[in-house]
Amino acid sequence: MKYNILTRLRSLMRITIQYACITHCTFEYLGDFVLCKGPSMEPTLFSDNVLLTERISKYWRNYQSGDIIIAVSPVNADQYICKRIVAVSGERIVTQKPHPIEAESVQKPVKTAMTTDYVPRGCVWIEGDNKGNSSDSRYYGPIPLGLIRSRVVCRVWPLSQLSGL
Amino acid sequence: MAFRRFAKSLLYALPLGITFLDCVGYVARVDGISMQPVLNPDAEERDYVFLLRWGIHNSAVERGDIISLISPKDPAQKIIKRVVGMQGDVVSTLGYKHEIVRVPDGHCWVEGDHTGHSLDSNTFGPVAIGLMSARAVAIVWPPERWRILKNELPGRRRPIQVAKTSYYN
Repeated sequence: MKYNILTRLRSLMRITIQYACITHCTFEYLGDFVLCKGPSMEPTLFSDNVLLTERISKYWRNYQSGDIIIAVSPVNADQYICKRIVAVSGERIVTQKPHPIEAESVQKPVKTAMTTDYVPRGCVWIEGDNKGNSSDSRYYGPIPLGLIRSRVVCRVWPLSQLSGL
Repeated sequence: MAFRRFAKSLLYALPLGITFLDCVGYVARVDGISMQPVLNPDAEERDYVFLLRWGIHNSAVERGDIISLISPKDPAQKIIKRVVGMQGDVVSTLGYKHEIVRVPDGHCWVEGDHTGHSLDSNTFGPVAIGLMSARAVAIVWPPERWRILKNELPGRRRPIQVAKTSYYN
């Protein structure tokens, strides 16, 4: 009886480890699901949307401008960010520096200068769709390609808004 | 029949192996002279180091650790450097465009031990912590060079505020 329980426990552990490893490999090398939080990608993505992302393009690194990507935040390594690639390396970006916070408090619109720049090699320029409420490359500059984890393929939840992106 | 058994065991072992390499660590060869004299003291003979991946993502990296990271210039390339400053540290640079740099949040300052022969933060600036992939813990090959890699930082390369506090105490 005791022997029976031990063998069952062993086979249970074996199966658990096996499936954990298969899950890890699938999520790490093929694709995974991501829950969106925050307003920075409105009106394309809203909070609590679930996205299907693929990690295969990571090996070719053939990201194009317009792709929505998940990347490790360059200002906080424990956080992931979901943004749209605006320009890849070698392309030119024209961007407006965000309004300084003091300017809003005095209710006086400040004309901020447009800056033109080239995205350096091995980097991409990312911006949120919600330009007024997004902390992105306009704050921390172009991010290295190595920070990108995956590319968003489609939205899977809520089901009524199921669509490719 | 033998083939089926082989395929089945491969199917079992492959995910297990990949997961082990991803979560625990792996062995890699060091190329180049940028980490002399600790790694590759003889340019002809390449060292193999064990890279520990465990604990790299919860920011358990300290100043003086040797880490492997994805190059910020070329994502296909991995480089091995020593961490000189963590986020918030004030580092005096060696030939960077600013003489003194405060490392921004989420970044660190990495340098090769072989000053002047290393492509490091003095060229491309602070690097994002998210680019770190593993920490080098030991040289495993060749056998006569087997050793644990110590966490050491030359006194002259300590961040300014750390050097100051240890000077006054």
